[in-house]
Amino acid sequence: MALASFQYHRVPAEAEPLRADVRRFLAEALKDRSALRRADSWMGADPAFSRELGRRGWLGMTLPREYGGHDAGPWARYVVIEELLAAGAPVSAHWIADRQSGPLILRYGTEAQRQKYLPGICQGEVYFCIGMSEPNSGSDLASIRSRAIRDESAGDGSWRVTGQKVWTTNAHHAQYMIALVRTGAPTSEKAARHEGMSQFIIDLKAPGVTVRPIRDLAGGEHFNEVYLDNVRLDADALIGTEGQGWEQVTAELAFERSGPERFLSSIALLHTLIDAVGPQPDALQANAVGRLCARLVVLRQMSLAVTAELAAGGNPAWAASCLKDLGAAFEQEIPELAQQVLDVAPAVEGGSDHAQVLAALMQMAPSFSLRGGTREILRGIIARGLGLR
Amino acid sequence: MRELFESTIERLLADLITPELVRRGEAGQWPTELWAAIEESGFSVAAAPESLGGSGASWGDLYGVVKAAGRHNLPLPLPETMLANWLLGQCGLEARNEPLGIAMRSTLSLDHAATSGAFFDVPWIAPADTRVHGVLFDVPWGRDVNHVVAVIPGERTTLVVLARSDAQISTKRNTAGEPRDDLSFKNAIPLATANLPGHLSDDVLWWGGSLLRTAQMAGALEATLDLSTRYATERVQFGKPISAFQAIQHQLAQMAQQTGSAIVSAEAAFAESDEQLAAWQIAAAKVCGAEAAGAVAAMAHAVHGAIGFTHEHALQLGTRRLWAWRSEFGNLGHWAQRLGQAVAQGGAASLWPAVTSGQLAALASSPMDTP
Repeated sequence: MALASFQYHRVPAEAEPLRADVRRFLAEALKDRSALRRADSWMGADPAFSRELGRRGWLGMTLPREYGGHDAGPWARYVVIEELLAAGAPVSAHWIADRQSGPLILRYGTEAQRQKYLPGICQGEVYFCIGMSEPNSGSDLASIRSRAIRDESAGDGSWRVTGQKVWTTNAHHAQYMIALVRTGAPTSEKAARHEGMSQFIIDLKAPGVTVRPIRDLAGGEHFNEVYLDNVRLDADALIGTEGQGWEQVTAELAFERSGPERFLSSIALLHTLIDAVGPQPDALQANAVGRLCARLVVLRQMSLAVTAELAAGGNPAWAASCLKDLGAAFEQEIPELAQQVLDVAPAVEGGSDHAQVLAALMQMAPSFSLRGGTREILRGIIARGLGLR
Repeated sequence: MRELFESTIERLLADLITPELVRRGEAGQWPTELWAAIEESGFSVAAAPESLGGSGASWGDLYGVVKAAGRHNLPLPLPETMLANWLLGQCGLEARNEPLGIAMRSTLSLDHAATSGAFFDVPWIAPADTRVHGVLFDVPWGRDVNHVVAVIPGERTTLVVLARSDAQISTKRNTAGEPRDDLSFKNAIPLATANLPGHLSDDVLWWGGSLLRTAQMAGALEATLDLSTRYATERVQFGKPISAFQAIQHQLAQMAQQTGSAIVSAEAAFAESDEQLAAWQIAAAKVCGAEAAGAVAAMAHAVHGAIGFTHEHALQLGTRRLWAWRSEFGNLGHWAQRLGQAVAQGGAASLWPAVTSGQLAALASSPMDTP
């Protein structure tokens, strides 16, 4: 039964001592970081901070030492990332590389690809973005149309890729994109949609690549559109197996959907709410704070269960979908409850820390149940796991 | 131990509990044979130490037993008896392999002569003239049990075992038809007394009862989700199983999420409880369990349509229990406020350390509002 995924698991004792080190470092490193900047959560980029994490050995932790990693288990990494998120550290620059591109390259990459990319990821120098969505392919990812074809005239096995990616978080900071594109013709009518796709590592400085930021509703620039105009890719830009792109992306999504960032995006607001309410909350405030804290505790327990399954070599895609959907609802509920129980209006200029953080997260909130897979897609995956489709 | 317990209780309850037996229980019939089988299984005393007649099982070991009681709508106070025997053991008293009652709230007091008298080492024998007065509220199967176990706060907080036959009984039942009786005592002579050890608070049965309900709800939620997914794949409308409709799929997906959160949080509360009950995890699990209970029961009925609203269909056996159990030993509001007050008291800086350590001192010592 799918629900068996949700077995309680503690963070193993051997991973815990690291927590105090990370906390001590963050208390010092972030002592001047404002509440509003902490509210950026994993959308706040600071390459110098990323490099410092790399220097301390807190990036690429699960990767082998021979590639600059630390051979640490998934639990040590879990402790580090949840502390970073809870403190509102600026982790965006390296986040995707550390979370999914590194593990993807380790699993599917050639030796040369591992040597080329992994050490930079571990040092906090090399950043990645995800090339999945396209203008006409959002939730329906299998309908992508960007295409790579072998450049037969070049004779060196190189490719030419043309198409467009969109909603690409951090394309303006990252050096590389791992893009899912079409490479072949479908073999049969039935299997058509998921076949003939491959993943490529695209150097975003290559001729023919254009990155244009898209301003979000609050004026922030986190995501981009990326144009690929007959971009030349070396033969070794292909990652994994030609035609296996869909399977690889599905495995990648388990990393993308299972982490604590899927329920901690609004924690800065929970923090300012608690302090703005003060030590003598009224019944309504105590109720709201208590409900949110209970939900936080239980989402973390669910996340530990998913991590345990990942650590045991399983594919917790079903449980991760449950966690992500519930986690996004929690992240969205925090601004809703905050504005109900405390009579403070959100402010984008002036106002208290709480008013500013409230404004920021209230406006960010709609994206929480869109990015990384919409609520509807996740519920479809969950329904399939229940045997309904 | 845990796997063995789970397979044993599962077999026992699956074999002996039928919807008919549950319905007869609601009509007031005590299932004698079923209780005899439970007594024989030893689960009723399992949480007491071996030296006192139990098997020294931890709460983590017993999680599956309490959850199974919930999943099978067990119409007997097995969870309460397990808790009572655990507490007897903590106080150094012999376990009792019989149905035991505990109260959700209490006004019991010891008479003056006893509380001011001489006390001896634990376990102590109360002076012969000790008398107990007051009311035990909402005792599960209070009319059926022979004995009740209660904690009386005072200068020296005291555990007492009382005979049901000494009480005047006012019968009540919850939405699932489970007896929740008020027992009034006047000048009652306790069968046994003991000092409550210092590591336990005088509302230990309130926390413990809440712990039990989190696992029972987890079991009932699982059963309700199972019934609903099965029904959705079998029921045909518009020429196809209703599970083919996205509106139904998404409701079941949400039910699964809620059930998953209730399961893992209840397990955490049991796993982290030992001689001290895990306050932080219990409060969180009771809040999320109560939320899940309301949401899942509502969606299960929506998926089932009118057939699920009948007395005959098994769905109501679970949903009516969810509606009852979410409110017992503190409802969602009680636990949310208690948790919220404790966190607010410590300020934002106390929250994350409490989340990662699973402990917040202000919570365990937070005052309990009594009616």
